[in-house]
Amino acid sequence: MKKLLKIFLIFFKIGSFTFGGGYAMLPIIKRELVDNLGWIKENDIYNYYAIGQSTPGIIAVNTATMTGYSLSGVKGALAATSGFIMPSLIIITLIASFFKRFQQINLFQHAFAAIQVAVVALIIDIVIKMWQKSDKSKISLLIFILAFLLLVIFGLSPVFVILGSAAAGILIQYYRGNLQTAYHNYQKQNQESDK
Amino acid sequence: MTYLILFLEFFKVGLFALGGGLAALPFLQDLIVKYGWMTAAELLNMIAISESTPGAIGINTATFIGNNTAGITGGIIATAGLAAPSVIIITIIAHYFESFNQHPLVKSAFSGIRPAVAGLIASAAFELARGGIFDLNNLQFNNNLFQFFDYKSLLLLIIIFIAIRKFKQHPIIYIMAAALIGIIFKF
Repeated sequence: MKKLLKIFLIFFKIGSFTFGGGYAMLPIIKRELVDNLGWIKENDIYNYYAIGQSTPGIIAVNTATMTGYSLSGVKGALAATSGFIMPSLIIITLIASFFKRFQQINLFQHAFAAIQVAVVALIIDIVIKMWQKSDKSKISLLIFILAFLLLVIFGLSPVFVILGSAAAGILIQYYRGNLQTAYHNYQKQNQESDK
Repeated sequence: MTYLILFLEFFKVGLFALGGGLAALPFLQDLIVKYGWMTAAELLNMIAISESTPGAIGINTATFIGNNTAGITGGIIATAGLAAPSVIIITIIAHYFESFNQHPLVKSAFSGIRPAVAGLIASAAFELARGGIFDLNNLQFNNNLFQFFDYKSLLLLIIIFIAIRKFKQHPIIYIMAAALIGIIFKF
């Protein structure tokens, strides 16, 4: 129960400071769950985000649900998602009550324009950290650059980028013979655990 | 009845919108026209506010529309409807993912996905910077490199980036500092 409450509160905090798309939540998730609590491995977050990107629904909600589930099952998923949504509900309900007045306040617009710049800086930092944590191979760099160009220049849907890179990953590991070795070990492990 | 319609319609948006908040917008536009919940201009206003307040844009917009249509309860119901498909689908995927993520095929797939996700995140930062920090359109129209960058934003970007690398504080600190700077220097 204590863990669920903590999950709820952490995602409440994440929801309160996520400005922009789902990617904007990554720096805060990493800080809270990887650096501060050590509940989750850094690479797992990026895997969850990839899954959240390629399934229907709001990416941030998908990522929150996925992360919550990995922490504490279905209850964890619900705690994380409701925690993430709660600040939106409160803030938007408040604004909706004062909608006419809010439109005249450009204080928020000034604040938001600068927050966007901060988010860009945080995201660049995350991308650098992702690179440092990766295998730093030429092929990874190639996939990174290709994905970036396909998205930015050709406007390809992220879903296709993720599916394509998944296929590329499988082919590369197969070509290197890693896949066969890993599969062999995997089967051996399963047989042993069956006994 | 309105509650049920709100829930079901937003459930549908959550089910079919692939690619996050902005992908949900065309669906929302159809919705408000279909039910006459608000005008297109009102929707645009709401999206602008949803973008500049914390939380996922799709969730914020759903709360707004629900609230506008059927009060506070409407806001909660629309939001629950939008999030429900995610929770259901992801819970099912997560359940199987736990048992499959050690499978060599899945591991190999993720070895390719990981650098692609870095590219995805980098492209999100690029798109965000395209509006706020530099403007490609400006360059095309004016052929003037000096108008390419918004220098105030570029300077802030460099300062915040150095601060992040140097002080390694909680991301929230930088976001709040930026909000203050934005208000003081009228970004």
